[in-house]
Amino acid sequence: MSTVDVTTATTATTATTANGAAGWALWALVALPALTGALLCAVSAFGQQRERRWAPGAAVAVLLAECALAVLAAVQRPSVSAGFLPFAPFALGVDGLAALVVPTVTAVALLVAVFAAADVDVARGRFHGLLLLFVAAVVVTATATTLPALLFAWEVMGATSYALIGFAWWQRHRVAAGDAAFLTTRCADLGLYLAVAAALAGGGGLALSDLPEASGGWRDVVAAGVLVAALGKAAQLPFSFWLSRAMEGPSPVSALLHSAAMVAMGGYLLLRVVPLLEATGWAATATAWIGVATAVLLGAVALAQRDLKQLLAASTAAQLGFVVLAAGVGSVSGGAAHLVAHAATKALLFLAAGAWLSALGTKQLHALRGVARRRRAVGVCATVGALSLAGVAPLSLWATKDELLAATLRTSGWLYAAGLLAAVLSAAYAGKVLVLIWRTAPRDVEREFETEEEGDRHVGRLEQVPLLVLAVPAAALGVVALPPVRQVLLRLLGEPGAPAPGAAELVVSAALALLTVAVVWRWGVPEPRWARDWLGLSRVVSAGVVRPTERLARVLARFDDHVLDRGVEGAAAATLHAARRLGRADTSVVDAGVQRVASAVRRLGSLARHPQTGQLHHYYVQAVAVLAAGAVLLLLVR
Amino acid sequence: MLSLVVFLPLAVAVVLAVARRLPDAAARWTWLVLSAVEVVLVAAMWLRDPAPAASGLRFEERARWMPGVGSSYHVGLDGLSWPLLALTVVVFAACSVHSLTARERPRQQAALFCFLQTTCLGLFAAQDLILFFVFFDLSIVGMYFVISGWGHGDAGRSAVKFFLYTFLGSLALLLGFIGLYLAADPHTFDMVELTRAAPLEGGGAAGAAVLGAILLGLAVKTPTVPFHTWLPPAHTDAPAIGSAVLAGVLLKMGTYGFVRIAMPILPDAWRDWAWVVVAVGIVSVLYGALVALAQTDLKRMVAYTSVNHMGYVVLAVGAAGVVTGSAEQARQVALVGAVVQMVSHGLITAALFLLAGVLHDRAGTYDLARFGGLARPAPRYAALFAVAAFASLGLPGFSGFIAEFQVFTGSIATAPVTAVALLGILVTAALFLRAIQRLLTGEATGHSLGFGDLRVTELWSVAPLLLLSLLIGVFPAPLLEVVEPAAARLADLVGR
Repeated sequence: MSTVDVTTATTATTATTANGAAGWALWALVALPALTGALLCAVSAFGQQRERRWAPGAAVAVLLAECALAVLAAVQRPSVSAGFLPFAPFALGVDGLAALVVPTVTAVALLVAVFAAADVDVARGRFHGLLLLFVAAVVVTATATTLPALLFAWEVMGATSYALIGFAWWQRHRVAAGDAAFLTTRCADLGLYLAVAAALAGGGGLALSDLPEASGGWRDVVAAGVLVAALGKAAQLPFSFWLSRAMEGPSPVSALLHSAAMVAMGGYLLLRVVPLLEATGWAATATAWIGVATAVLLGAVALAQRDLKQLLAASTAAQLGFVVLAAGVGSVSGGAAHLVAHAATKALLFLAAGAWLSALGTKQLHALRGVARRRRAVGVCATVGALSLAGVAPLSLWATKDELLAATLRTSGWLYAAGLLAAVLSAAYAGKVLVLIWRTAPRDVEREFETEEEGDRHVGRLEQVPLLVLAVPAAALGVVALPPVRQVLLRLLGEPGAPAPGAAELVVSAALALLTVAVVWRWGVPEPRWARDWLGLSRVVSAGVVRPTERLARVLARFDDHVLDRGVEGAAAATLHAARRLGRADTSVVDAGVQRVASAVRRLGSLARHPQTGQLHHYYVQAVAVLAAGAVLLLLVR
Repeated sequence: MLSLVVFLPLAVAVVLAVARRLPDAAARWTWLVLSAVEVVLVAAMWLRDPAPAASGLRFEERARWMPGVGSSYHVGLDGLSWPLLALTVVVFAACSVHSLTARERPRQQAALFCFLQTTCLGLFAAQDLILFFVFFDLSIVGMYFVISGWGHGDAGRSAVKFFLYTFLGSLALLLGFIGLYLAADPHTFDMVELTRAAPLEGGGAAGAAVLGAILLGLAVKTPTVPFHTWLPPAHTDAPAIGSAVLAGVLLKMGTYGFVRIAMPILPDAWRDWAWVVVAVGIVSVLYGALVALAQTDLKRMVAYTSVNHMGYVVLAVGAAGVVTGSAEQARQVALVGAVVQMVSHGLITAALFLLAGVLHDRAGTYDLARFGGLARPAPRYAALFAVAAFASLGLPGFSGFIAEFQVFTGSIATAPVTAVALLGILVTAALFLRAIQRLLTGEATGHSLGFGDLRVTELWSVAPLLLLSLLIGVFPAPLLEVVEPAAARLADLVGR
């Protein structure tokens, strides 16, 4: 009987490590940032002194160790498991994909923490504590091998990103942006809850690798649930709008959440469940088309933005669209390579935007004209990032994009064409940034500064170092998609026969990127008005979901007070009323009846007094009358 | 041992009630020491007999009481009652810490809460319907005096409403109990014997009527929609520790009754009417969450989230009665989730009500609109409130996730239509985020100016509750090991 199995499953509570020391390294990879993060948060909330000068240092040290552990785990590939719930253990494992992504995440987190040590100057304990908690959640998300472990980390990742986006709680609009991010992604997360239940009902098991085994219709439910959850996190259509709001968060947060972690994890999850998507058939197709649609439409949105962080955010959704497309066409190598290369590129660009924001107080592209000329170090790094983003050869995103487009071409010509269009759009919006930051600025451009905050006109060394470090992978990571390194990647990911992009495809895409950048340089770019407001998605959701829900809530609350509660009160009042009526009836009917009987008896009594005259002849007459009546009665009865 | 745990608070209550010249401080500390002793006793019992994996009751005691009507003093613990007994001593201990700074008649208050603690412990230990009923009604009496004596606002009216409504519910319950007594052969009120005898087997009209009466009584206490309207005023006008006990412990009596009485004794009728229970659960989840979303008063909001959270329990016990094919494991998962949810809600909501009480203590109102930016003057309060809110919205890492995750997994796998209740956790997330935004963030305004941060007693009454929730959320196994065998037996009983 299944009951017995379940009981024995939970009794195995102790952590079981399959690979000895490497297993402990994996646990440490999770526990180290989780515990230090929680400690930093607790100290910053309950400690006496608010400014934790040592917090950034502690976080950087922890993340350095974390990078070492990540590399160790990537080499050793441990898998561990601990008893968690009766029907599913909490299992983590490092496979080829995780071996690629986990070190990337930890490395970007380390660089972001270094940047933040200089950039964030209030509540540092809380900031770095939350950052570490977030990293712990991402590491679990990336290594989870069962659905419950994944869901656990997935939601914690959402909550910590809420806290990071709304970090500056004294400004309500930033908190509201965090609310929007958390609620939108949680709405999508419901898909994961559903997927877990369907996997249990489908009987295939709750391990990610077992999901395709679920029976019949349950497998479709699992695939749909996982797909929706992943699309939500990856800010794909129709969920993209939360990413725009999330730009209210501090720049280091944007750099981590929207390059290597949070958003990337959405695409990463889809890469991990490629077999499930393919098993259902429809899910893979839907994934590919949603991915490419996001890549094109959000590419247009990026083109229309006038705020650097907004442009980068839209571009993140669009680039993740490529990763999602890769998952849809089953190109794990292409998707993974693009994910990693994009992580480095986008972290670099977001940090550059953050450096300018805190130095000049603005992220408006118009105000950033010529900024690269004046601040060469940051400018050159940002240029490398933008060129890579544009897909200019031989920088990294050029090669990785072609790797996944090659697989796309094998699936569908239309998908490939749409993918190329998205690539041209990437080149266009990246070109737009390039042109603006290198254009000669008017003398009075400083008047446009400080639209957001006060700028200190200074980019410190701690802020520059991460940029310089990130510029290297942003430029060079493309080698993973080019021979001979490509073979290593394919072996790592276990798809040795993946279609390689032909030389013609590589040349065409490089040429397209260069041509587009050149056109933008010469003639500028269109800024499609319909895309400026992120396709109006936020408005649609607000008018179509949020406000009707609030209205329904108010109506129900009124119903509760005025109908249900009043019904109860009415019943009580009616009881009281009935009691009063009964009370009155008691006086006017029952008691009055008794009174009437009493007075009638009294009257009878006084009537009965009349015959008592005391005169003997009266009594004789009465006796005769009674006897006569008796005789008559006797005669009648007989 | 079990009887000692149950009646020790009553003895202390009597002493506190008669010792008129006892100084206030001594009364407060007496209560604190008592509740600490209770925690230690229960912990010792737990350690001595940690996992009642084998069937049957632990710490069982039985004595003659009313042999004429087939009722005895019968107490004992199994995997369903253990967690709630432990929850009770923890919540009362938190309240005793919180009351170390109580100003208003502390001796009488301590006596009343000790009395209330005995009724709660007795109810969860009871294995006899009459004993259960006696404790059930006495808890209503105790809570009536807590609200009317130490409440604020329109306390008298709210207390009467609470008393009459739940008392009426208890009468329905008694009617059902008498029905069970009459149906059993030989007549008995003993739960163990009734479970074994399974009177009214085959359901039928009599089974439905008895189940209906019992469900009505429990539904009022839980409360489920549409019998919940006593809850918001009772909470709003009750003192903080009263609300904590009411939401943390007393509400569980209703849901506990489902798994202790209604399901095992009337399995056939339960299966027949499981869909009604599921429907009531779904409505409670969604309705409770949506109405909570519309509230502007923090305590009313938390009260309505209780309707939502108890709705998950009702949903799960209903789904456990939907017997379709081979979903035995799923039904069991749902039941485990239901019991964990009782514990989890007890811990988290008690913490939330204690935190809400701080608002009233400082500013005399729970109106969210009159606060803002509390994180500036009261960072500790803000931190604990945010943690409690996220725990309550079911964030993984806290007990609520362990509960709701299993409730959903089990329920959806048995009855896919219950997936619509998933929207409940989305609305709950929205309402707690909104409360955080209004109360804690932005620049300090209104009553937030000069708001004093948490005092030591407030901190140490709330923090342990949340730490326990965290502990269960990260290491659920010790709790699940206790609940699981009992849940498996119950699922088996209902499924056969």
